[in-house]
Amino acid sequence: MSDLLSVEALSKRFRGLRAVHEVSFSVPEHRIVGLIGPNGAGKTTTFNLIAGALAPDAGRVQLAGRDLVGLRPDQVCAAGIARTFQLVKPFAELTVEDNVLVGALHRRRRVADARAHARAVIERVELGPLARRRAASLTLPDRKRLELAKALATEPRILLLDEVMAGLRPTETDRMVGVLRALNRDTGMAILLIEHVMRAVMALSDHVIVLDQGEKISEGAPADVVRDPRVIACYLGPDHVPGAVA
Amino acid sequence: MSLGWPAELPRRGAVLLGLAGALLLAVPAFADAYLLSVLTLVLWLAYAGQAWNVMMGFAGQLSLGHTLYVGLAAYVSGVLFVSFGIGPWLGVWLAIVIAAIAGGCIGALGFRFGIRGVYFALLTIAFAEFTRIAFDHFAWVGGSAGFFLPVAQRTTNDLLDLRGTPTMFYYVILALTAGALVVCRALLKSRLGYYWLAIREDQEAAQAVGIDVFRYKLLAVVISAGLTAPAGVFYAFFYNNMYPEQMFAITRSIEIILGAIVGGIGTLFGPVLGAFILTPLGELVTAAVDRAGVNVPGAKQLVYGGLMVLIVVFLPDGIWPWLARRLGLDGADRGPSS
Repeated sequence: MSDLLSVEALSKRFRGLRAVHEVSFSVPEHRIVGLIGPNGAGKTTTFNLIAGALAPDAGRVQLAGRDLVGLRPDQVCAAGIARTFQLVKPFAELTVEDNVLVGALHRRRRVADARAHARAVIERVELGPLARRRAASLTLPDRKRLELAKALATEPRILLLDEVMAGLRPTETDRMVGVLRALNRDTGMAILLIEHVMRAVMALSDHVIVLDQGEKISEGAPADVVRDPRVIACYLGPDHVPGAVA
Repeated sequence: MSLGWPAELPRRGAVLLGLAGALLLAVPAFADAYLLSVLTLVLWLAYAGQAWNVMMGFAGQLSLGHTLYVGLAAYVSGVLFVSFGIGPWLGVWLAIVIAAIAGGCIGALGFRFGIRGVYFALLTIAFAEFTRIAFDHFAWVGGSAGFFLPVAQRTTNDLLDLRGTPTMFYYVILALTAGALVVCRALLKSRLGYYWLAIREDQEAAQAVGIDVFRYKLLAVVISAGLTAPAGVFYAFFYNNMYPEQMFAITRSIEIILGAIVGGIGTLFGPVLGAFILTPLGELVTAAVDRAGVNVPGAKQLVYGGLMVLIVVFLPDGIWPWLARRLGLDGADRGPSS
């Protein structure tokens, strides 16, 4: 299967801090890839570099062979990458439907077309009953799904989801997992997701990439990655690696 | 902040709007000269506030220098008429273009360098101020001594040259205000309008869903400035005189936006409602002070200031959203936490 998104030797420094250092990975068409790692590992920075919100110091980002470095966030969106924000950013005073409509207008110039598309997306993320509510009045789980809907409405080739399950209760997490799995199954949408909720990562990902202190330390199938001593060490400290000498 | 004109305008709203329109159309039949002049001013402020609202209310970009566009348009159309014999209906288009270019320059400068919020507002003041100073020394249009259109007591109406009775001017500004309402409603319901609202709500999120923020913010300033220009043309032909220190005064910029703030920023009817509340209130205060025989300079401003405090404390979204809810004209299904 061909690579849809490929990241090569991506690096970013903030003053002295190596936020992301020579990170390379790829997301094949139609796959769900998890990006995990402890706080401060450089996951969100990596997202911002891909999405054009930050300019990398070095490295390449390509979507289906097209170079994306140097594009503005709106141009990256036009190229086919949609992202969500870890701290959700709804258009607070607009209704749920109008929030999604704004995303849908990206590829549909006529408001009526875009609205029809927005309604379909709202149904897909199970926000139908709340379509006429102001976004500001939504609860966190609903806001997370709205964030997903806005991104989805731009009709991307790949979704970048930054902790869309953080802060959700287990039942809400399962609901989101269900929505994402159905999306991937029905439309073949490729997804790159940053996630701390391990059972969601395990349930969704075809492939997992682990970052620690800005560097990629491991990648592979979810079940293999969680047994990787380097991964256990970075999460729990070296003392917890099975077989390690204390 | 509701849009003030929900997707399905309720029947009650249509009836109320029709009644208000009919009443305004009938005003010259029974109003005396004073009332007509007050209402002309009210409608002028409603129009200018509406134009300003495109930038602030829709796109979230604060301008405190909107009188720049009023002043430029007034001078352009006045000079064209007096020195070149070109009438206002032609002149207004050049005035619109020049105001839009001025807005475009300010917007491009500000947004190119990422100037946001209050700092952008300061930039708009600065441009209005140095245009005032430039016109003070611009001898060709009279400098600080002012520029005048020929005045004569008119009993006949010459709509083509915009020379006529107060009644004619009243109908012209009424038509302009109604037109601005229609234009703004169309803008709000367009792709452009939704993009503006998104930028107003969250610029970063807007960019993430593919909106070229620089371009659409620039368009907001250009369209708002262009829409303001007819107010300047009307001013020139109605008052027949312009002085730089009046046309480009920051107090005029503030006057333009007060109505929109009181009525409700970002709503369609807010600027109109605000003008209808503020101006008559100001007139009442002035009259009351006169009658009392005391000399209180700035009494009107004092009352405006007090009202502003009350609005900010009790109805921060403005009077219109509150009134619309009261009248059942608010279509949006509001959540429990709002």
